[in-house]
Amino acid sequence: MKFLKIVMMLLVLVSCTKSGIDTSSIMVQVNFSHNWAGTPIAKTDFNTIKFTNGNGEQLSIVQFRYLLSNITLTNIEGQKTTIKNRQLINLGEETGLSLTSDSAIPQGTYKLSFTFGLNDADNLDGVYQDLNSVSFNVPTMLGGGYHFMQFDGKFNGTNSLTNSFNYHTIRAVNSADPTNLVFQDTSFEVNLGDVVVKNAGIIEVKMDISEWFKNPNLWDLNTFNSMLMSNFNAQVLMSANGKSVFSLGAVTP
Amino acid sequence: MFKKKLLFCVFILVLFSCSKESNEEGYVSIPAPLQIPTLFQNLLIPPLIPSNNLQTQEGISLGKKLFFENGLSADNTQSCATCHDPKTAFTDKRQFSDGIDGVFGNRNTMPLFNLAWNFDENFFWDGSSISLEKQAIEPIINPIEMHNTWKRVVATLQSKPTYPELFYKAFGTRKIDSILVAKALAQFQRTLISANSKFDQYLEGKVQLSASELNGFNVFMDETKGDCFHCHGSDKNPLWTDNKFHNNGLDTSFSDIGLAKTSGDPSDTGKFKSPSLRNLAFTAPYMHDGRFSTLEEVINQYSEGLKASPTIDPLMKKVSLGGVKLSTQEKSDLKAFLLSLSDSEFISNPAFQKE
Repeated sequence: MKFLKIVMMLLVLVSCTKSGIDTSSIMVQVNFSHNWAGTPIAKTDFNTIKFTNGNGEQLSIVQFRYLLSNITLTNIEGQKTTIKNRQLINLGEETGLSLTSDSAIPQGTYKLSFTFGLNDADNLDGVYQDLNSVSFNVPTMLGGGYHFMQFDGKFNGTNSLTNSFNYHTIRAVNSADPTNLVFQDTSFEVNLGDVVVKNAGIIEVKMDISEWFKNPNLWDLNTFNSMLMSNFNAQVLMSANGKSVFSLGAVTP
Repeated sequence: MFKKKLLFCVFILVLFSCSKESNEEGYVSIPAPLQIPTLFQNLLIPPLIPSNNLQTQEGISLGKKLFFENGLSADNTQSCATCHDPKTAFTDKRQFSDGIDGVFGNRNTMPLFNLAWNFDENFFWDGSSISLEKQAIEPIINPIEMHNTWKRVVATLQSKPTYPELFYKAFGTRKIDSILVAKALAQFQRTLISANSKFDQYLEGKVQLSASELNGFNVFMDETKGDCFHCHGSDKNPLWTDNKFHNNGLDTSFSDIGLAKTSGDPSDTGKFKSPSLRNLAFTAPYMHDGRFSTLEEVINQYSEGLKASPTIDPLMKKVSLGGVKLSTQEKSDLKAFLLSLSDSEFISNPAFQKE
């Protein structure tokens, strides 16, 4: 009788494994936090001119939303697992600030990477219903596809006025000849290094918003403030500045 | 023995509670999922239908009857359709609408269409109502609108010979209450779908636009010209609104503070919902307070009439110049494009008219 019980238990165990129940795999959670040169920023910090950029302009944040894609964990064998295809983060509306992987990930050590925006292969015009529905599109006259970031705010300008800025990043496009648009892929890949995924599996990705204005290109809002979508050079400069905004925060095992 | 009796009692109780939940005479409402236009199907995420108020033929039919029911108002003179006229895309031609006591509100009646695609579910100009069901509750008891009480509305409907049966068929009960009235109204309003304008047909490859309409579309989409698309949708978001709230530079100060009244946040002062640009041919006057009678006035506002205030939207980037400074031709073309978003079939759809 005992022997029969043992056999039954073994059978149950085997069947569990066959069903894909893998106790060593966990759902990974990624939280996105934002700061201005180290000082945390939340929705409550919006709409007040309280930040000073690298060029000395005082500014406010009114809208801040951006798109990440191909959020990937790569294990030590080089095997990639995309944990989310797209993540739209809207700091003002407090949406998208956290994601959970689409599937369970085996515990272990990985490299965390993602694309800021959409690379050319993914930046297809009008195909993403979730992004269309929140009006994140780029006009066809600029090549279509999607915004990478919409960062709107106000700043105290050298003209002694409170001015608007629309720091919108997209794929760079030269539309001088509307019949022959010239593009440059200004999305970029961000590699945040090693993360150990185990137990709770919570990873913090930090963005220092002040970096958009200073590294490597010191940003003068009096010069570059609005209508930047159609400004090829501005897009290239913004893309360069974006490469230093992300860093790895706390990884909670 | 005691245990067996107890089990039997529990069994009977369960049976009794089940029969209360179900429709005791066995009538099953017929599901009537929204007929989603191909354009919306292709471009947008699915519409919002609450799981506790799925669309049914009976619910929609009841909602339509209630929409045109004067008995919702205290003196039996006004229905929803009094201010939300199907012939004008369910808005009111007048700047302000008056309630049963002749008192006028201070905002233009909002048109009604494509409401199931309002993904944030913030309704009214100031977002004061969350969900279509909740929205339906308010005008009936508003003292300057229908000025009724729900107790009286329920009594009125309950006393009419047809309604209890219609509620039974829609919701499985003859006992009418405000929640069921609101649910039925919401079901009907979700069927008010507009997606057959000339521009929709253009996107589907069925018709051509005129040169003026095409140029107007380009003005609309050009960040250096109209730059309308950031708030008002695009060919990829054919709702033609972001359903968000903006201070679009109408005034320097605000007697009607808009969203701030709802949110309590001073930074929301002067923000009102972006209305859809569909059906503008039928929805004059324009803006939350109906201050503009014509589209020309609206376009001139954005071209030369912007006024700065602390909460003006940063997307009104040329406020220091007064606006985006369109040429006469660009204004004319923009108007032509905007009118191409109007859907004549929608305002004459028999399914939306009073029977």
